[in-house]
Parts: sequence; C-alpha cells; structure tokens
Amino acid sequence: MATRVIAGKTVQVNDEGFLTEPGEWTREIGQVLAQEEGVGELTDAHWKVIDFCRQDAKDSGKAPTLRRITGAAGVSTKDMFKLFPKGPAKKVARISGLGKPEGCV
Amino acid sequence: MKQLLILGAGTAGTMVANRLNHLLDSDEWKITIVDQHETHYYQPGFLFIPFGMYSKNDVMKPKRDFIPAGVEMIMSPIELIEPEHNRVRIQKDGRYLNYDFLVIATGTGTRPEETPGLAEHEWYNSIYDFYTIEGALALAKHLRTWQGGRLALNIVDTPIKCPVAPLEFIMLADWFFYEQGIRDRVDLTLVTPLPGAFTKPVASKHLGNILEQKGIKVVPEFLIEHVDPDAKKLVSYDEKEIEYDLLVTVPLNKGSDVIARSEMGNELNYIPVDKHTFLSPKYPNIFVLGDAADVPTSKAGSVAHFAVDCFSENFLRYIDGLEMLPTFDGHANCFIESGFGKGLLIDFNYDVEPLPGRYPLPGVGPFKLLQESEMNHWGKMMFRWMYWNILLKGQELPLPARMSMAGKWK
Ligand SMILES: Cc1cc2nc3c(=O)[nH]c(=O)nc-3n(C[C@H](O)[C@H](O)[C@H](O)COP(=O)(O)OP(=O)(O)OC[C@H]3O[C@@H](n4cnc5c(N)ncnc54)[C@H](O)[C@@H]3O)c2cc1C
Repeated sequence: MATRVIAGKTVQVNDEGFLTEPGEWTREIGQVLAQEEGVGELTDAHWKVIDFCRQDAKDSGKAPTLRRITGAAGVSTKDMFKLFPKGPAKKVARISGLGKPEGCV
Repeated sequence: MKQLLILGAGTAGTMVANRLNHLLDSDEWKITIVDQHETHYYQPGFLFIPFGMYSKNDVMKPKRDFIPAGVEMIMSPIELIEPEHNRVRIQKDGRYLNYDFLVIATGTGTRPEETPGLAEHEWYNSIYDFYTIEGALALAKHLRTWQGGRLALNIVDTPIKCPVAPLEFIMLADWFFYEQGIRDRVDLTLVTPLPGAFTKPVASKHLGNILEQKGIKVVPEFLIEHVDPDAKKLVSYDEKEIEYDLLVTVPLNKGSDVIARSEMGNELNYIPVDKHTFLSPKYPNIFVLGDAADVPTSKAGSVAHFAVDCFSENFLRYIDGLEMLPTFDGHANCFIESGFGKGLLIDFNYDVEPLPGRYPLPGVGPFKLLQESEMNHWGKMMFRWMYWNILLKGQELPLPARMSMAGKWK
C-alpha cells in the first residue's frame, strides 16, 4: 500500500488516491483533498455533508452512496452537485477519507 | 416439522427451493415458497426481443413447472415480513405464514416513475425500457419501422441488475441497424452515471474501446435529474443536456416494496447481509439471496447461481449447529453479446476485477475473457437452454462456484 504526506501527515492511500484508514484523516487533510478535487474552500454546507458521511461510514463500515446521503443528511441531489461538482458521492468520500462508495458494481 | 419459507419464486428462490428440497430430510422439513405471479420470465432473453431475435414465448414458462413436488407453492402477493414474530403476512385470505428459517429472494425491479418525465405521455411512444417484458415487446414493435435518428440509452442510476445488459443492448443495436441498412442514419449514445462504459476499470477500458470501434458514443458521469419528453432531452443534476429522438432507459432499480414496508432494507430496498454467507446480521434465521441482497457484486442470475451453491452447503452446517464458512466470494460470470454473432465473457469476484484470459480451462477456453469471439456468442445463446433445464432445477453446473485466477492475465 502506498503512503502520501498530506497536510503534514503521512497517510496510507490506494491507487485511486482514497485514504484506506479513515482513522488517519484530519480536517486539514479534508481541506487539501477538497482543493485537489476542485471543490475549493470548504464551507459549513460542505462540512455538514462530510461530517454526516464520516459518521455514517463509522456506523455502517462503508462510504454512503449519493442516494443514502440525500435521503439521510437532508441535502438535495442538486445541492450535492453544486457542493461537490461531477461525481458528488465519490468526491465527498475521498475528501472525507473514506473508501470509494460501493454503489457501482 | 421445521418450516423453511422462501419469498419469491424467481431465479434465486426457484434454485434454492430445488436444491434444499433435495438436501433436506422431508420427514423433518417443510418447504414453502410464495410468489405473486404465475409466469417465470427468462429475463436475460428480454435483451434479444427488441431486435426480433427472441419472441415472447422464448422467455416465459409457468413457475409451477420448476417447483418440485415436495415443495408447497402459494400464489399471493406478500404483504409484510414480521421478523420479530417469525412470520409473514400474505394477501391471500390475510394469512400468516410462520417460519423457523426465512429465505428472502424478492429480487429487484424498475421504477420509471421515480424519474420525472420518464413514464408520462411519451412512455412507449418515444421512450422505452427493455428490462420488462412489456417494454421489450413495445420497443420491438417500434424498432421495426423506425427510420433512424438519435438513439440515447440512459442508465438512470446504479446498481442495476445485469450491469452489462445496457452495453449489450447498444452493441446489438449497432448490428441491428447495420442489417437494416440504416446504420449511417442512426446516432448511438450511451449516457451513464458511471465514469466509463463499465463499473470496473480494466473491463471498462476494454469495453470502452470496443464501443468506440463500433462508433458508439459514451457520455459518462451523467446523473439524470429529469426527462423533458416534449423537447426530447435528458437533463442532468448539473444541468447538462442531451437531445434524442428515441430514448431507451434503464430506469432506477429498486428492491420489492414489501422490504420497505417491513423496514428491512436500505434506501433502495436492498437488505444488508453478510457478503460471504447471506445471513442477516440482525436476524439469525433470515437469509437473503439474489438481487434482493445488499452485497457488492453484480445483480445477476449467474451470481445467484453461485450464491445458491455456497449457501445450500452452509445452510446444512448451520442447522446442525456448525459455524458457517465464508465461502461466497462474489463470483460473477457474464456473457456480453456484442453483435455480428460475437460476444465477450467476463469473470470476476469481490476482490478481482474482470481480466483478460481463457475460461473455464486455463489457456484453453473454449471461452475468451474480455475479448470478442463467436464461441462466446454461442455460450450466451446456450445459456437459455441451461437456464431452463439445469440452473432453475437446482442441478449443478460443471463450473466451480468460487472464482479462479488460473487462466487470467493482468
Ligand atoms: C434485460 C436483462 C438481462 C439480463 N441478462 C442477464 C445475463 O445475461 N446473465 C445473468 O446472469 N443475469 C442476467 N440478468 C439478471 C437476472 O435475470 C437476475 O439477476 C435474476 O433473475 C435475479 O434473480 P432473483 O431471484 O433475485 O430475482 P427475480 O428472478 O426477479 O425474482 C423475484 C421474484 O420475487 C417475486 N416478488 C417480489 N416481490 C414480491 C411480493 N411482494 N409478493 C410476492 N412475490 C414477490 C417476483 O414476482 C419474482 O418472481 C438480466 C436481467 C435483465 C432484466
């Protein structure tokens, strides 16, 4: 498994750049990954979604799908696309230090 | 007598009823299976109907023909599962069916009404599906006289059952219009929420290349918000638009409503289970097989078959008080029809994505993995015979249930 230094911390990542140990994630890392994903400066609206995803992944053991996020976090799909353009579920999972959502097999 | 209750007599339910009827002692066990519809459809055959390759009669048989004599079959909608009381309420006479063990195999289905504009006044005029018998037949009729134009094939959201079926559809369409002599007047576009042609990277690249060679466009990362049926365009959540003349949709797939009513599923009505044993983490006497289960592998008949192989043996251990073995590895094996009498084959599991190679005999085949060949096409066509005559009856195929790396290359 490859490692990378993000925001001054060494973390383990897979070949698609997703953190493999959610426990190694910090909010600073989240901000750096958000820049890489083209999301820019994280606002309260972003953090609300990220916090939900971290908690949900902790409970279920996997990153939530877009449908799960919109159903349970009280944010519309349209807003998700505004906050995390293009692939929102995948983007927010990466920024939140979670694995790729399993929705697509 | 112990009671084993199976919900749904589709691919998975029928296979498991046959297998366990054979394996369990009939002096000790009573098996009951419930389904709402009399007809068993061979769903993989729906793909061929729009192109006139199969007719309705090729894909339907009575469900009862496949349920063994020792198994009780009840025809009724299932209304509610009450896992706390080990019973299920069915519509017929408002009856309750008690169980010691429950196998849920209620599958998944299409929900066009969940996408605005889809199932409205243009439904079956300029918008069709091919995941239902009605849609496949209506589309066949439409294609017989269609003069060409822009055909968009849209996958609304994932997961869908048989994730390769849309690719097969569009490759068969390429062939069909070529045979009709109007290929030059048809524009074929696959519009998908995925980042590419398929879910897994290596296969996505191979399949993407094949589509390109056939002159089929792919629009990735398009999550549809609504259809404008009058302006004939697809509109995504991030406000991209795609115009069409003929829309073929793979609507949202969702598990049965009875799962939602019984509060047992996730947001798409799929039920969480252990991905190696199919046992519910919540209820120690409930298993979920086939498309109804929330497991990270393809929703496909071949997967259900391998799952039933693993489950049946494990179930015998379980009722004898032994630990279940984590035998199911997510094995999926799918023929992909690619038109012009050829096909591809992919073989993968939870950990290994589809790779090129030979199957089932390493180095020999006769089937080629991830490459087009005529043999693969014949494999697909023979599958229907195998389905009706071997698979549904719960007989074993000479293929291992678990995936093998032999014969594959990276
Ligand atoms: C177009 C198409 C092409 C496909 N191609 C392939 C292929 O090439 N290879 C492959 O392996 N797979 C393919 N599949 C997928 C395959 O058909 C399914 O994965 C398989 O049938 C799943 O079996 P199942 O038992 O889980 O569900 P199903 O076979 O759908 O059975 C579910 C059953 O539950 C019953 N039911 C549900 N809810 C209730 C209720 N409330 N009350 C009573 N009864 C209920 C239904 O009536 C149904 O009979 C394809 C599917 C489609 C649509």
